Amino acid sequence: MIVALSAFLAAGVRLGVPLVLAALGEMVSERAGVLNIGLEGSIIAGALGSVLGAMATGSPALGILIGAAAGLLVGLAFAVPVVWLNTDQIITGTAVTLLGLGGTAAVYTARFGATGAQLDVPQLDRLRIPVLADIPVIGPALFDVAPTVYLTFALAPLLGWFLFRTEWGLEVRAVGEDPDAAAAAGLPVRRLRFGAALFGTLLAGLAGAHLALAYAGTFTENMSAGRGFIAIAVVVLGRWRPWGVLVAGLFFGAADALQYLLQTLGWDIGYQLFLALPYILTLAALGGWIGRARAPAALGLPWPRTH
Amino acid sequence: MIRARWWGPFFAIGLALAVTSVALALGGYDVPQALGALWRGAFGSEQAIASFTLKRSVPLLLTGLAVALAFRAGIWNIGAEGQLYAGAVAGFTVGFVGGGLPAAVVIPAMLAASLVAGAAWAAFPTVMKLRGGTNEVITTLLLNFVAIHLTAWLIDGPLQEPQGVYNETAPLPESATLGTLWPGTDLHVGFALAVALAVVLWVVFRFTRVGFLIRAVGEGPEAARIAGRVDSGRLSAGVFLASGALAGLAGAVHVAGVDLALYPGLSQGWGYTAIAVALLARLNPLAVIATAIFFGAIQAGGTSMQRVAGVPLAWVNVIEAITVIGVLIAARGRSRSGGDAGAPEAA
Repeated sequence: MIVALSAFLAAGVRLGVPLVLAALGEMVSERAGVLNIGLEGSIIAGALGSVLGAMATGSPALGILIGAAAGLLVGLAFAVPVVWLNTDQIITGTAVTLLGLGGTAAVYTARFGATGAQLDVPQLDRLRIPVLADIPVIGPALFDVAPTVYLTFALAPLLGWFLFRTEWGLEVRAVGEDPDAAAAAGLPVRRLRFGAALFGTLLAGLAGAHLALAYAGTFTENMSAGRGFIAIAVVVLGRWRPWGVLVAGLFFGAADALQYLLQTLGWDIGYQLFLALPYILTLAALGGWIGRARAPAALGLPWPRTH
Repeated sequence: MIRARWWGPFFAIGLALAVTSVALALGGYDVPQALGALWRGAFGSEQAIASFTLKRSVPLLLTGLAVALAFRAGIWNIGAEGQLYAGAVAGFTVGFVGGGLPAAVVIPAMLAASLVAGAAWAAFPTVMKLRGGTNEVITTLLLNFVAIHLTAWLIDGPLQEPQGVYNETAPLPESATLGTLWPGTDLHVGFALAVALAVVLWVVFRFTRVGFLIRAVGEGPEAARIAGRVDSGRLSAGVFLASGALAGLAGAVHVAGVDLALYPGLSQGWGYTAIAVALLARLNPLAVIATAIFFGAIQAGGTSMQRVAGVPLAWVNVIEAITVIGVLIAARGRSRSGGDAGAPEAA
């Protein structure tokens, strides 16, 4: 039981971390008023970029950086039209998702062939923290993990400080709540939105890189598996707050990991119900039954708004 | 609402073909061979046209109409995928239970059930949007995942085939399946139904008061109030539910016409491709017939392009994406106005 629980926690963290990373980025983007449903495209680009980068340089750490850059590159395809040309956020995001999934699969097959051969990719090794990793049950799940996991845990408080304690953070939030007032106060609305959206895609690329180099150990077509969309749900359930997003992302990861625990314990309850559960809770949060999740007021709206 | 200028669709398709050709050439593929295979796979024979292109266009046509209807009224229904699953499950269940009855009874009952289920799946986002202005993009997107997981659970549990081995349901009884439309091919009568609905929707938009009001609501609540002193909330709710119903119908039609049983991954993302289908049609129901067939053809032709010229099937996604980008470019500069809190709108 202890072993199963420990394995469950570890799996929950492993599955939750890419969601938290992508969702933290999306949170910053949405705080500035930019709803990026093209996040999936950045995640899958991050995954492929990290694999190609790690194979080319032989260094998984460089691979992670290249993956994050690839996410940012795809993010440009979203943020430039949305912020500077005022194209619709939802439709541009849809196009970027299709472009990312199709483009990466096309590049992957062109480079490695259609058969899905096992790639020899340098893996991102785990970093074991002495003593702490020996704590029963939670130790291995939290303190014997990839460096990207520690980075994720560090990012939540950092972003909390940034958003709520710094001038820049205040400006980002102002732009997402009332861009007209922000502009009247002299803030560069578009530049702030552009920066926030790009930061979001950088983290999405990082999430994809983690997925490829620290979790799966390879690249497969569609390996992002809808995580870009799940991250949007995580932001809502986390109520657009860093700690909330961290907890919500791990919760989604745990729900995903539960199927393995149920299998180990031999309990034949439909795990799919548990997969649906986090979404239902997110909807409940939106409905105001558990707390009140309120989106930034200008979320999804173009600026300036012409008539 | 976002609508490209009249030349937008032609520009978008041209752009997609041009960019694809250049990219394929850079990738070292034989471009004439690839595009030739794409064409032949889509339109090269009676089988290609009916059993592949047109058959694949049916769910895209129905979900495309659902999206076009919603977007016209300024409602961002991104949930056609989930509504399709709800309709598929409801339609299958009615067909399975009522399989002993004659087809003339069972088929209409299935289709009716799928309409109701699709609308029911859109009900929560509708209420949320009207009550507090909660962004329907997020609620409909979330419900897609709920629908997909619940469907997987039903197929793995209560609805699983009697042996309990395979991850699928038992097949539908003969009387609960749709007949063939084009003899000698796989094209089922669902295609005719979908085309008829497109015409009906076009007539509604073009010639009826309700259609006029829907378009007015899409231009912004102010315009609607001025146009006819309508209760734009009630009208929006009706449109949202009808959009869900149409997407639900797509699910039942696909199950009764093609799959003949329920499978966990029954949709290949049609509810999302539907957005591209509707936009390329400039949200015009009649044009949706053409764009659904276009995307059906790309998907059918993509398979043969992979087989003949070795071009990965993933290129189909790229072509779709570039088409959407082309539409976006062609829609640039159109005037836009915002709607209620949180709802992204552009008119």
